[in-house]
Amino acid sequence: MIDTNVYVSQWPFRRLNGDEPARLVAKLNDAGVEQACAGSFEGILERDIAGVNNRLAETCHSFGNGMLIPFGTVNPKLPDWQEDVRRCHEEHKMPGIRLQPNYHGYKLDDPVFAALLKLATERRLIVQLALLMEDPRTQSPLMHVPTVELAPLADVVKGTPGVRLELLNCTSQIGREEYAAALASGDVSMDISMVEGVAGLARLVRQVPLARVLFGSYHPFYYFESAALKVRESGLDEASQKAICVENARRLMASL
Amino acid sequence: MLNRRTFIKAVGAGGALALARAGVSEDRGPRTDLRIWDQHSHLGAVPGDTPEERMAFLVKCMDRVGVERLVLSQGYSDDKRPNPPEQFRLENDRVMRAVKAFPDRAYGSVYLSPALPEFSIQELNRCIRDGPMVMIGEIEADARCNVPGMDPIAEWAIAHDVVILQHEWLNALGNHPTESTPFDVVELARRHPKLQIVCAHTGGNWELGIRAIRSTQNVYCGLAGSDPTNGYVEMAVRELGAERVIYGSDVGGRSFASQIAKVEGAEIPDSDKKLILGGNLRRLLTPVLRKKGYKI
Repeated sequence: MIDTNVYVSQWPFRRLNGDEPARLVAKLNDAGVEQACAGSFEGILERDIAGVNNRLAETCHSFGNGMLIPFGTVNPKLPDWQEDVRRCHEEHKMPGIRLQPNYHGYKLDDPVFAALLKLATERRLIVQLALLMEDPRTQSPLMHVPTVELAPLADVVKGTPGVRLELLNCTSQIGREEYAAALASGDVSMDISMVEGVAGLARLVRQVPLARVLFGSYHPFYYFESAALKVRESGLDEASQKAICVENARRLMASL
Repeated sequence: MLNRRTFIKAVGAGGALALARAGVSEDRGPRTDLRIWDQHSHLGAVPGDTPEERMAFLVKCMDRVGVERLVLSQGYSDDKRPNPPEQFRLENDRVMRAVKAFPDRAYGSVYLSPALPEFSIQELNRCIRDGPMVMIGEIEADARCNVPGMDPIAEWAIAHDVVILQHEWLNALGNHPTESTPFDVVELARRHPKLQIVCAHTGGNWELGIRAIRSTQNVYCGLAGSDPTNGYVEMAVRELGAERVIYGSDVGGRSFASQIAKVEGAEIPDSDKKLILGGNLRRLLTPVLRKKGYKI
């Protein structure tokens, strides 16, 4: 199984079982995860992103015998963000980067987002884009962070040939039509961590292409079992389950 | 350092094996020893043109994740605050139809409103005293649960050994003016110390909701209808004891999966998981089930 959505380090508002890398790796290993794309919670609020990415790379190197694949944070609102992209690619040998537009203060129609996608694509990096981190209804009253508006994405993707993008934390606050439009605009995938509703995953794959749906647990913020049980609850046949849990991620990575 | 080439090689091997180990393929089904009873479910957002069809769909999903039985209430229509009262009756009739079609898999729970106390007592008599239902709620109506109109409903529930499931939230963006909070539930529970009442969502903001109900022993922590945030159940068990924590899903808007995961994924003893996933609900329902001669 390939989990495309895990995090290392500590969530700012709560200690989580699994926010220590040894426990994270043990949990994923017990669950049958062979590879996991790991971002860093530190990248959400910290501004020394290069330091965040150094620590992410070191953690992924030190724990899990290669299970954790680092996806470095890039904040295009910071000066010289292009250097962070270069380091992720050339120094840390990361296969991709992870973006947090709502925490970093830009919308998807901001020209800097298009510039970042272009640079990542030139370097053949996968781009993961987190649409939110926490239900707005449960956020700290001192820090309300609105969900990313997805509508502008399709045009940016169409203007960036060759981009490979995965949407993470695909909340039901955004309509399935918007997701379908985003996925139709290019090589855009989505993870299942926030897919909801009874047998919601089965319904999702009737609305978007199966090949664009990837397993993502959002562990340790979420209990890992949520995503795994969603696959079981879906009633999808084994081939479809295997596509979601293994093959679609493999295909996304294969063109590296 | 693992590079991109070794990554591709690693993920290319053993995918099917990992799928089986992860328990998502059909050859490793759900645990049956947990005896999962779900105290919070609806027919809304479930595929099907009739209550019976929707219940049949739920049963298929229950079998996939190991849910033995659920308690079903309002929500077939999208109207969260129905008016006139006849719409409450219609919702309850739909639930009874669904339960009748699958009596071994579902119990019914009465929908009513403290804004309509006289009608609510009539409906309690119709659906529980004289009918097949076994619980009250999910109450989600045009009045908060601390209003005086809730008192006769609470007194009826105590007299008939029936549990109430009360909707409530502590929404960081602001509650609806008539939406209850866990504090309202506590206020009602303190007026009626013999009442057994479940907070449907424990605030949603569970770190606040658990604290709000902590000192009121006849209020239970319902787990349904919020994100499967790591740590929820561990805190609930630590602060309330496993006996006061009750699993529910809030299907069809939620999945069974994300809500069961809160318990299955929690770092608590297996004995506590069994209480939360079914044992506590069976204990609370035992008096009314016995009165009705239902098998427990």
